Amino acid sequence: MSQMNMIQAINSALDTMMEKDPTVIILGEDVGYFGGVFRCTDGLQAKYGEHRVIDAPISEGGIVGSAIGIGVNGLRPVAEIQFADYIYPGLDQIISELARLRYRSGGEFFSPVTIRTPCGGGIRGGQTHSQSPEALFTHLSGIKTVMPSNPYDAKGLLISAIESDDPVVFFEPKRIYNGPFDGDPNKPAVPWSTHPGGKVPEEYYAIPLGKAAVVEEGDELSIITYGTMVHVAQAAVRIAGVSADIIDVRTLVPLDVETLTQSVEKTGRCLIAHEASKFGGYGAELVATIQEECFWHLQAPIERVAGWETPYPHAFEWDYFPGQERVVAGIRNIMEAV
Amino acid sequence: MTPKSRLHIPQPSARPGQPPDFSYLSLSEAGSVARPDTDAPAREIENLAQELVRVLDDDGEAKGEWVPDLTPAQLLEALRLMMLTRQLDDRMQRMQRQGKISFYMQSLGEEAVSIGQGMALDAGDMLFPSYRNQGLFILRGTSLVDMMCQCLSNTRDMCKGRQMPIMYHNKEANLFSVSGNLATQYPHAVGWAMASAIKGEDHISASWVGDGSTAEADFHYALTFAAVYQAPVILNVVNNQWAISTFQGFAGGLRRSFAARGLGLGIPGVRVDGNDLLAVYAVTQWAAQRARQGGGPTLVELVTYRGGAHSTSDDPSRYRPKDEWAAFPLGDPIERLKQHMVNTGHWSDEQHTALNDELKKTVIAAWKEAISFGTMSEGPRLDVREMFDDVYAETPQHLKQQREQLLALKRGAQ
Repeated sequence: MSQMNMIQAINSALDTMMEKDPTVIILGEDVGYFGGVFRCTDGLQAKYGEHRVIDAPISEGGIVGSAIGIGVNGLRPVAEIQFADYIYPGLDQIISELARLRYRSGGEFFSPVTIRTPCGGGIRGGQTHSQSPEALFTHLSGIKTVMPSNPYDAKGLLISAIESDDPVVFFEPKRIYNGPFDGDPNKPAVPWSTHPGGKVPEEYYAIPLGKAAVVEEGDELSIITYGTMVHVAQAAVRIAGVSADIIDVRTLVPLDVETLTQSVEKTGRCLIAHEASKFGGYGAELVATIQEECFWHLQAPIERVAGWETPYPHAFEWDYFPGQERVVAGIRNIMEAV
Repeated sequence: MTPKSRLHIPQPSARPGQPPDFSYLSLSEAGSVARPDTDAPAREIENLAQELVRVLDDDGEAKGEWVPDLTPAQLLEALRLMMLTRQLDDRMQRMQRQGKISFYMQSLGEEAVSIGQGMALDAGDMLFPSYRNQGLFILRGTSLVDMMCQCLSNTRDMCKGRQMPIMYHNKEANLFSVSGNLATQYPHAVGWAMASAIKGEDHISASWVGDGSTAEADFHYALTFAAVYQAPVILNVVNNQWAISTFQGFAGGLRRSFAARGLGLGIPGVRVDGNDLLAVYAVTQWAAQRARQGGGPTLVELVTYRGGAHSTSDDPSRYRPKDEWAAFPLGDPIERLKQHMVNTGHWSDEQHTALNDELKKTVIAAWKEAISFGTMSEGPRLDVREMFDDVYAETPQHLKQQREQLLALKRGAQ
């Protein structure tokens, strides 16, 4: 067991899989010699060579498109898109090709591409380095969508993603690369060594895709969230003084409906939080699912806390970010409901 | 008066009611273009992107350095496969008109592209076809019945009823799944070739797009990646002059040849008479050898003409002269190979007619067999439960539930 931040855990996952499976290769902008702008692939090219950790042209459509062909030829590509905000030129290849190849070919062709991409705000990235576009991918059939909230999960989930014969889009909330962030930007940064999720085995382990994690247990309220917002929710629960289940969805598709419904059936109240904009966001799907499955257990309307429906503004980053205050307000709202 | 910027709208040389005019096509004499060594530096062979490699002259005589080493038996097989492709297209077009299949796309007039190129490649080479490469499937042994069953979406459909007609695949024959999205297969071919090079294998890949699709970003992604990594791939542009109703000028074809698109990246371009099977074969063989010996990608432009409509959904008489194909200076690929073989004493008009009749019967027999596996309106149907398979490697819970919901609905309806 080692102490790792999320960058080191992702690096360890990649290292572990490259060691274990010689067909695993990495492709992306600045991933090779330099080791990635966030250092996630640091040292891997030196260890595995230029043919397995490949610097790519600035061409997200080309990265995804060629990764599909690489995967069809028996290798297992892990493509890095430098920022989730840059993934859009690759969307046609993801939507029309990667997601549907197995289906359209009657199950004969597939390409096991994993796309890693840092997402989310809180790093002064403005509207081009802060987005959380996960909902776009959860709408597709044929893609799995993952977002971890701590280093331990990041490694175990990334290993499962790479091993999966299905394509996976793996979102890495970059604000928590270096430490858990509870939503208060005025507090000093906290390292992962203060958090149990920062303890990460050096060796291989896998966390199955499609399983949510119950981060905290309580009986008054269920908070369903993922990524950075897991930590914000934990802080908000302390401030609000409620006893809550906090559920980290971890795999957005396929969704672990059972863990969610068990919790809401127990507590009767549900708050959903994510950083992405509210309208058409993944939270809407969670609300619909909870409503379908747990309607007769609900004691209050389901509450959503999310980003505003604006682009991510540079100067008002912390007004956009759904921080502790908004989550606490959401909790109070739902607890006060009859 | 000061010159002012004006938006330029390219105009085709002729629209319906006007006489066809191919004066814009730059042609070379058969046999006039030199064949460089396959390891020639890209910079020294840029002429190939502008000239037109031709072997067969207007009288069917094979000329010059590009004459390929093909036996009469191989030429006859090429002719037979081109004729079979045309017979299949003709039958399927009729079946679409009769409402037996929902859609079809002929490769009329472009048969030498798939047959000539396919013959020049090895069985282990991976092909990423476009939707007008049915000849590749025929060449690599996909049965007519299987192709028809795909078009019928019936119980023997390789795609299990999930794709429109003509979106074939054949994994065993190294033929990738045809997509309805344009040019998306180009980066796949490059990635496949990169993996081949990573693994140290000597298999190459090839892909096809039309002149119109060169405007897609994927075309440029693919060329960039192929150039950067010197991927062993042959990237082909089938310039059939028309992208539905827009002529090739709308993809920039009036400025420079499509073969020249790679020159800025250091990718050699070769412009070839796409209706001359011998030239098509020779150029493909050259590019394949170049790729296999580490020379990287080649961009091949095959100059041809789309003899039929884009698909069964458009009427070309609305946007181009009806007699344009007849005026196309590079003729009909089947007639040209036939003429060559007749001239060399290996074929006759009688044999040609007899073969055509035989192939027609083969296609009709295949159709009869294909419809025994069901059509859209009668006979056996696919099991709707399979609709939920293959979305993922293993069917997840939510799709199992949706399958049950659908089945419950169907039970209720009975």
